[in-house]
Amino acid sequence: MNRIQELFQQKDKNVLNVYCTAGFPALNSTVEVMKALQDNGADIIELGMPYSDPLADGPVIQASGSCAIANGMTIEKLFEQLQGFRKATAFGDGGGIYVPVILMGYLNPVLQYGFEKFCRHAADLPIDGLIIPDVPEYEFETEYGPVMQRYGLNFIFLITPETSEERIRKLDSLSTGFLYAVSSSSITGTDKDFSAVEKYLQRLQGMQLKNPVMVGFGIKDKSTFQSACRYANGAIIGTAYIKAVENSTDIAASTKAFLSSVLEK
Amino acid sequence: MSNTTINTTSSPTAILNDGGEPGYTFPNSFGYYGKFGGAFIPEMLHRNVEELRNRYLEIMQEPSFQQEFNDLLRDYVGRPTPLYYAKRLSEQYKTKLYLKREDLNHTGAHKINNAIGQVLLAQRLGKKHIIAETGAGQHGVATATVCALKGVECIVYMGVKDIERQAPNVARMKMLGAKVMPAASGSQTLKDATNEAIRHWINNPADTHYVIGSVVGPHPYPDMVARFQSVISQETRWQLKQQTGSELPTHVMACVGGGSNAAGAFYHFLDELSVQLVAVEAAGHGVNSGMSAATTQLGKPGVLHGSKSLVMQTADGQVVEPHSISAGLDYPGIGPMHAHLFDSGRGTFLSATDEEAVQAAFELCKLEGIIPALESAHALAAIKEMKYKESDVVVVCLSGRGDKDLGTYMKYM
Repeated sequence: MNRIQELFQQKDKNVLNVYCTAGFPALNSTVEVMKALQDNGADIIELGMPYSDPLADGPVIQASGSCAIANGMTIEKLFEQLQGFRKATAFGDGGGIYVPVILMGYLNPVLQYGFEKFCRHAADLPIDGLIIPDVPEYEFETEYGPVMQRYGLNFIFLITPETSEERIRKLDSLSTGFLYAVSSSSITGTDKDFSAVEKYLQRLQGMQLKNPVMVGFGIKDKSTFQSACRYANGAIIGTAYIKAVENSTDIAASTKAFLSSVLEK
Repeated sequence: MSNTTINTTSSPTAILNDGGEPGYTFPNSFGYYGKFGGAFIPEMLHRNVEELRNRYLEIMQEPSFQQEFNDLLRDYVGRPTPLYYAKRLSEQYKTKLYLKREDLNHTGAHKINNAIGQVLLAQRLGKKHIIAETGAGQHGVATATVCALKGVECIVYMGVKDIERQAPNVARMKMLGAKVMPAASGSQTLKDATNEAIRHWINNPADTHYVIGSVVGPHPYPDMVARFQSVISQETRWQLKQQTGSELPTHVMACVGGGSNAAGAFYHFLDELSVQLVAVEAAGHGVNSGMSAATTQLGKPGVLHGSKSLVMQTADGQVVEPHSISAGLDYPGIGPMHAHLFDSGRGTFLSATDEEAVQAAFELCKLEGIIPALESAHALAAIKEMKYKESDVVVVCLSGRGDKDLGTYMKYM
């Protein structure tokens, strides 16, 4: 059992997963951002590996990725930055990163790094899971899944309101860690009427899935976070957090202000 | 294979057969040509792509579909396009050169073959909106044209840089009633227009069909587009038989960006191993200049726009910005069918620089009175790289006409 399963055993409601882009806003801000997220209430960190052609992301996250690439971020650089990030001495003031960390990215950069080498190095750090949205289930089952499983990495599939019940069950059986429920069939950062999403989440709730369900896309503040948590185990914030730190001169303070506004009672 | 049996007595109509053994012509059921292809798509696209995959062959088999497709190709597009024996060009290169005149199609390029096929297919899928990406603007114009013909809403994504260098085609699309959306991200060319079109589809999945213009994208797009373009080689076989007594040439040459005209020109010769298939990529300023779009020379296996193929990229897997004088070849990938032809050695891959393409275009004007598109000029430029026998029969796919490129050509006068 790894950190993701442990987390959901201890906490199955209001789980907050926050997305950040590695190497953004500055090349060396990656772990500083992660620490600020952990210190201010993020239960899971989804760390984005920047890619030139991020089809499933919206303009804000793409711009953060372009900035990170221009800053010099690569998978190799990221693994260097993450060396020892779990150690109690990682930040000098006691306490490394202990929350689950999931790497999110697109297949092409991972293939160039070498898929098996990537999984081995990620597991060594250790990273807890992967989200690679352009790996569909056929490729997962025939090619990539067994490698991830060999290194004990969770793989999280996405489902959408358009995913059939049969397919949701299939993806639930393949996923480990949690299922990523896209709140509407849309790219990240898009505003949609959230009430339309509730029916879909209620349907998922009634399906008795094997995995916890985390809702992503369109979660941007206290109100959308709470609405999502009413029907799921938690929610994922991406674009809204990137906006909160993109022009920040004090990452710790901006992160604190943003997460407090989301989590205030 | 059934598709290579050509009716040689009457003018051909497009054969849209229902499949065959995986190989050079057909991918396997997961969309793979050898090591290349597949459908690497996020879940948000699954339903639309799956629906297409489940239904494209069945719809293409419907007699009413085939009737409408073939009627439009004949009466609206003007097919069959001539196979023209280029006498003076042949004398110049001491062989027999035939030009397959896709430039004489309505809208000026081969792109209309696929646009008609996909829009008719989208209507049978019950789709109300059409989106497309375009590089040179030829696919955008073709799609806008068919949408006007069918009264369907059309949105075309086009890179900001391409909007500037292909202004006449932007005006044509607008006049035809399409909405042209500028793609301002990344390199602002075809790759980014494709990204934006895919994003639009993710955001608006209901009732929308994405008309991809080349043999790229997730399965079944490469196979579907190749089938719609296969009419090019089907006619070529029939016309060669009429003109030379033999259906088979010794060579077929075509330019390749994503590779749709090459896929169409090669299609019915893919399993005729005596026919040498020559694909010509855009070398830009030179293959090793850092300003090139010669994907098979510079690319590595990777995943772009939903399929595994050869992709021009950095060592870290970031897709690079290619360069070609021709917007239609300015793409850092290549269709999986072509990656397989390259990888297996079935295809011969050459490249032509910007300068060589322009010279070849002027040569064709001078010798034959035909102004070719810059894309097609790359195929013409490779003629001088080949060693032919006098008895060889060489078919060059003249994929489009050069009206849209006059601004570029005028700089060389």
